[in-house]
Amino acid sequence: MIRKTWLAVLALVCLASLLLLGACSKKENTEQSSNATEEKAATPAPAATPIDPATVATISGTVKYDGTAPKPGKIDMSQDSACKGDNVAETMVVSGGDLANVFVYVKDGLGDRTFDVPKDPVVIDQKGCQYHPHVLGVMTGQNVQIKNDDQTTHNIHPTPKDNREWNESQPPAAAPIEKSFAREEIMLPVKCNQHPWMKMYVNVVKHPFYAVTDKDGKYEIKGLPPGTYTLAFVQEKLGEQTQQVTVAPKDSKTVDQTFKAGAM
Amino acid sequence: MPNQEPPLKSLALPYNKGLHNFAVFVAAATLVLIVAGALVTSNDAGLSVPDWPTSFGSLYKIPRMVGGVRFEHSHRMIAELVGLCTIILAFWTWRADKRRWLKGLAIGALGTVIIQGILGGITVLHFLPPAVSSAHAAIAQTFFCIAVCIAMFTGPRWVEEVPQVENDQRKPKLFTLALLSIFLLYVQLVLGAMFRHHGMSWWPHVVHAALVAIALTWTAARALTVYSKIEAVRRPAVTIMFLLITQLCLGFLAFLTRVQWGHDAVQPELPMVISTVAHVAVGALLLATTVILAIQVWRHVPIAFEERVTAGARKPASQGA
Repeated sequence: MIRKTWLAVLALVCLASLLLLGACSKKENTEQSSNATEEKAATPAPAATPIDPATVATISGTVKYDGTAPKPGKIDMSQDSACKGDNVAETMVVSGGDLANVFVYVKDGLGDRTFDVPKDPVVIDQKGCQYHPHVLGVMTGQNVQIKNDDQTTHNIHPTPKDNREWNESQPPAAAPIEKSFAREEIMLPVKCNQHPWMKMYVNVVKHPFYAVTDKDGKYEIKGLPPGTYTLAFVQEKLGEQTQQVTVAPKDSKTVDQTFKAGAM
Repeated sequence: MPNQEPPLKSLALPYNKGLHNFAVFVAAATLVLIVAGALVTSNDAGLSVPDWPTSFGSLYKIPRMVGGVRFEHSHRMIAELVGLCTIILAFWTWRADKRRWLKGLAIGALGTVIIQGILGGITVLHFLPPAVSSAHAAIAQTFFCIAVCIAMFTGPRWVEEVPQVENDQRKPKLFTLALLSIFLLYVQLVLGAMFRHHGMSWWPHVVHAALVAIALTWTAARALTVYSKIEAVRRPAVTIMFLLITQLCLGFLAFLTRVQWGHDAVQPELPMVISTVAHVAVGALLLATTVILAIQVWRHVPIAFEERVTAGARKPASQGA
């Protein structure tokens, strides 16, 4: 009789533990979300350092790939009949030597300047079971709006080193998910665990001086105050390369960069 | 001598065919569950269902089984079935079997499956931490070994046959070798799981494979050369040799498809998935067969009493009574 009672108690304790764990996990998620919101709300953004618009400079250029570009990987979307996208991976997009999807940003030289966070969100669109864009730049604290234009459920799962990790599913026609990243982080991977080929990179910086190369390998960074800067070029497979650049007031400078084959 | 304890065989255990068949079913279902779990990891689908214990907010609705969801949710459904069957097996064994130690083992199986379920939940909710995911993988195979043991202990051979006993005269003892093999296999399982769950490089698992192969070959060779007359020992020993060769080939294939060819793959490719999942499944079978061999050696090739008890601790039968 005593043994049966103990068994019943053991079963109840196990059941209660399971329920408690489930409840805790929900609570934890809620707490994490509210913490993130509080982090934004409690820390008032410092006033932006004024920049004289009459003196600002522009840096533009082309990023090249020197060598035979690797064949783009084929994607097999047969796992999900609702996925009817482009079946080519965007790991390295090279056309006529021009390298797309390179994140170009001012890595050093801005000192203690602070900048206003844009009120408009940047958008990540899930369409054809691919992320658009494949590489994205955003300022710390700026809203990122994630949309699902597919007739299938996706899950959005950033796997950061310095920011908070989260994983949320988004059914078709669901409202956009709005998120932000609190800390600087370059090439922060975002993936969908339902469609394992879906990968993209978010780059979080504290200033607005960044760009992503287009299909012609071109980029442009506007509104830069005069000074000497370290310009970084980051590609998901080829890594980072930097250049020192000095811009005078109203300067319009061309800074090209070449990634050599075999750098992977 | 009315107060003398009866010998073990005279407990007259009735063979319970229903219980045995059910235990075999639970063991087989557990192997299917291990394969389903391996498919989740190999397809990188561990977080395709982001919540737990619910799936997309529901405890009972089956989501659209596409992409990673079909692996993760299938794994959850098979796990629920195995969990339910383990509860039934524990209660059935508790009520139908006379052996207290077997009742304890069945309750242990239930405890293990509960811990395993909780670990599965923690690993989802905390985004697959390598230590937790590896523990989940290791406990899966521990539970499989327990289920296989229950199936063996309830089987007709174990219940009805008189053990064919032959004392082990060699050193190291076959039982010691079998235990060493289990230990090394378990370490190998943890190293493999840590590699699969991105907690460690591949080389400790590959280097340790040589140690495991030596230990298993030594154990199986000893069993086959000295005790081949004992069927209960010979059969698992032969199976171990077959599984070991298969496992080494699969390990090599898994290394090629995942580490050599697959490190830049856009998505998990079929050869990588097949080789890694088969490697996990055969690994589980190898561990369980080695556990069976150890138990059969303990039963049929016991270490002589004189060697188990030190001379000082030995007492004459008249004093000990």
